[in-house]
Amino acid sequence: MEMEPVLDSKVAKKRLLSGTGFVPFIVRRLLTSVLLVLGVTLISFTITQLVPGDPVAANLGQSAYSDPEIVAAFEKEFGLDQPVPIQYFKYLGNLLQGDLGISLSSKRPVIEDLREYFPATFEIAIVAVFLSFFVGLLLGIISAVTRDRLPDQIIRVFSLTGVSMPAFWTALTAFYIFFFVLGWAPGTGRLEPGGEPPPKVTGLFTIDALIVGDFATFKQAFAYLLLPAMVLAIYAIGVLTRFTRASILEILGNDYVKSARAKGLPEYLIIRRHVLRPALLSIITVAGVAFASLLAGSVLVENVFSWPGLGQYAYRAAVGLDLPGIMGVSMVVATVYILMNLIVDILYRVIDPQMKETE
Amino acid sequence: MDLLTVKDLTVTLATGSGDAQAVRNLSFTVGLGEILGIAGESGSGKTMTALSLLGLLPYKGRATGSINFNGREILTSTKREYRDLRGREIAMIFQDPMTSLHPMLTIEVQLTEHLIHHRKVSKEAARRSALELLSIVKIPDPAAALTAHPTQFSGGMRQRIAIAIALACEPKLLIADEPTTALDVTVQAGILKLLHQLRKDKNLSVMVITHDLGVLSSLTDRIMIMYAGSEVESGPTSDILQRSHHPYTKGLIAALPGKVKAASKNLTSIEGMPPELGNFPSGCAFHPRCSFTIDACKKELPKKVEINGEHRIFCPVNPFSKSGKGIE
Amino acid sequence: MIFNSTKNKEMSKKSESIWRQPLAVVGVGIILIWTLLAVFAPWIAPFEPNAQDADKFLPPSSTHWMGTDELNRDIWSRVVYGTRVSLPYSILLVVLSALLGSIIGAISGYAGGKIDSFLMRVTDIFFAFPGIVLAMAVAAALGPQIRNAVIAITIVAWPIYARLVRGLILNAKQNDYVTASALLGSSSMRTLFVDLRPNLSGPIFVLASLEVGNALLLLSGLSFLGLGAQPPTAEWGAMVSMGAINFDRWWVGLFPGLAILTAVLAFNFIGDSLRDALDPRTAKALRD
Repeated sequence: MEMEPVLDSKVAKKRLLSGTGFVPFIVRRLLTSVLLVLGVTLISFTITQLVPGDPVAANLGQSAYSDPEIVAAFEKEFGLDQPVPIQYFKYLGNLLQGDLGISLSSKRPVIEDLREYFPATFEIAIVAVFLSFFVGLLLGIISAVTRDRLPDQIIRVFSLTGVSMPAFWTALTAFYIFFFVLGWAPGTGRLEPGGEPPPKVTGLFTIDALIVGDFATFKQAFAYLLLPAMVLAIYAIGVLTRFTRASILEILGNDYVKSARAKGLPEYLIIRRHVLRPALLSIITVAGVAFASLLAGSVLVENVFSWPGLGQYAYRAAVGLDLPGIMGVSMVVATVYILMNLIVDILYRVIDPQMKETE
Repeated sequence: MDLLTVKDLTVTLATGSGDAQAVRNLSFTVGLGEILGIAGESGSGKTMTALSLLGLLPYKGRATGSINFNGREILTSTKREYRDLRGREIAMIFQDPMTSLHPMLTIEVQLTEHLIHHRKVSKEAARRSALELLSIVKIPDPAAALTAHPTQFSGGMRQRIAIAIALACEPKLLIADEPTTALDVTVQAGILKLLHQLRKDKNLSVMVITHDLGVLSSLTDRIMIMYAGSEVESGPTSDILQRSHHPYTKGLIAALPGKVKAASKNLTSIEGMPPELGNFPSGCAFHPRCSFTIDACKKELPKKVEINGEHRIFCPVNPFSKSGKGIE
Repeated sequence: MIFNSTKNKEMSKKSESIWRQPLAVVGVGIILIWTLLAVFAPWIAPFEPNAQDADKFLPPSSTHWMGTDELNRDIWSRVVYGTRVSLPYSILLVVLSALLGSIIGAISGYAGGKIDSFLMRVTDIFFAFPGIVLAMAVAAALGPQIRNAVIAITIVAWPIYARLVRGLILNAKQNDYVTASALLGSSSMRTLFVDLRPNLSGPIFVLASLEVGNALLLLSGLSFLGLGAQPPTAEWGAMVSMGAINFDRWWVGLFPGLAILTAVLAFNFIGDSLRDALDPRTAKALRD
């Protein structure tokens, strides 16, 4: 007996996209994310094209630039002689094959450049993320619960100062105090001068050192990344503390908290069971903003600490009008940002399945 | 002996422009198994009165006077004493069931958490009580309801659940702040019937805050009318609704749709607006809007005038005393 | 316009309470001081900002309160003159990006439909963007100059205003007073400008005041990287970069950075107090 196909493919595709379950939701979000990344490439391409400035001049020396043959060869090599839309589509096409072009300044495939510089930034960024989340959340909760009393006042001053400090200055001052004056922190860079990085697996010196059991290098790498990571985290801690405080205070004003109080529940129970969950929801959304600030900060912090990461690469690419380089960095960061938003949305659904009604 | 005796209650709140009194020298009682209705326009201080019983005044608010509950003074309670009181001896339900229940916690948790905390019973025992409570308030399929979230229920159901939550620890006094205002008319009757039943079955005392005439006439034994933080009139329900003496009460009842007596031609209203917090007129706060004002009304706070039995007003003029009839 | 007056009264009553916040007063005080320094710089600064008469790298003393830098210039004088660069340009930056963002947000919110969807997608993309990368690229391409840094940052800073304005307009559209206004015969443009504007300008102003501090940070950041103010202009960020190179001469980088810090703190004090005073609406609109 022949079984009738339960769904034909068109209907199945429709259900996949438009259903209300978890999987269609993920599919929809993934699609949106891909479109967003594409949009990022388009915008960065457009803007860098619209802006006057000659990448050729920026990357050839004075004498080379005055030689038309060399200029022409440069242009040909990097496809700069093609009309702009064609350049874009060629770029997209290559992108799909994992080819992000050749950096005008380093003359290497951009993807290699990214692979080299990304792990360094990731190392300090991930430490900064954890730091800022835990410290920020904790301080925010304390601040909200002790509203207007001394702990709150102190925390508010600190967090406000944290978001007001120029990252490059904080980096400089921290470096001066902890390295130059106190000698607690090691110098700039990822390892001591002449230090051997562990064999590359992830590119994260700490992890790679652990993998081969090289604890000395692990300790060294960790010591070097601590200060830059902490400086990087300061702004995010400030943001998260302030936001957590505001969020919790707002929730404390909600009717259901009033009801919980009217039931005679102890305050810690109210905070833990009734307040934290809704607060977490809004705090997660801020995580995206905090993360973006980490990237902006890294450009400046890496500069001061001579940390060979994405921030430094972005700077060199920008100054050299290195379009593939700029686009490469933009893509990476945008992708991470969009990925983070995706995770946030998923976390939302997990924490609060009743979300539609809550909003 | 009355369950609740409030004497000279004054509630002071902190506003953007300084301190303001929301309740001024209020005194009233609630007896065992009695249903008292507190009525008045917004800003009259009704809700603050209720909140002060539980020590739940807003940030930087404070209360003075005497609140005697079940034989002891509770206004001077410590934070811990208030927490023991709330939910266990005095319970409260709020106006909007859509926002007063936690959207993310299950019904079971919301029904049992305070029971477990106050009575230290096991989760199993609490669950059994929860099921019983849900059937008392007539929620269909209580077992399924326990695992559901408030968002899955209609407004009327949610209010019933709120009542069940309030009753969990078998309090002696239930405060209901506008319990039916946010509900459809068709659903309101059910809630009122439920409250009536609970009073009968459990000798529950209820303090109902409302401006709804229907609630007042069908549910309450006695009514207290408030204006600008003070009482203007109080007495048995039929006295207030049919034989009120205070100019404000008359105006209020005449203005409310759905009058008790035969319908009149137009919807009348009292001229002017209730005063804002902190800006109460001197003397009797109602005098700017009253047609019977004399000099004394502007200078002194009105004193109590007994009409008969429990019926009393606060008005030096007492303009309707001779007629003894009711509202036009 | 009956409805305007009630909302405006609401707002002015709340703004009275701002002055009860000590932080706001401190913030305004600090900005006032910096402004006075900016205006009266030639009389306040003991030396010319570009005069190279002193000795190199003198630590702070009674003649040179903040020491001297690598080109023999008095740092305190340069900090004073720096106010003339950092403050006006930050405010200009905020005004430009607020304008750009508000217009885009207004079009989006008011037009609705496909235009709205499209513009919101664009805004989303800009949000995902590593703004600093683009800002650096644009600034580099236009030629490193503070004016171009402002343009570059404006290009990446407008989205937050667009989202705010769009949110406000969408909320307002549902408001009864807009419907009432339309029923009274106002044309849609008139509604937008006359009726909505008083209620839009408040939140936009609050957001802008919260953003001035960030603008100053970004601007001095770009200058620190060499993509903003160029030598010999006395600009705080650029001065700190000299301090980074000569970090053992701690005074070279410390004082300009402190100047930035105090100015940003002051702006944040003011912005915070404004937001607390006018609270719920702005917070809600920003969240939506």
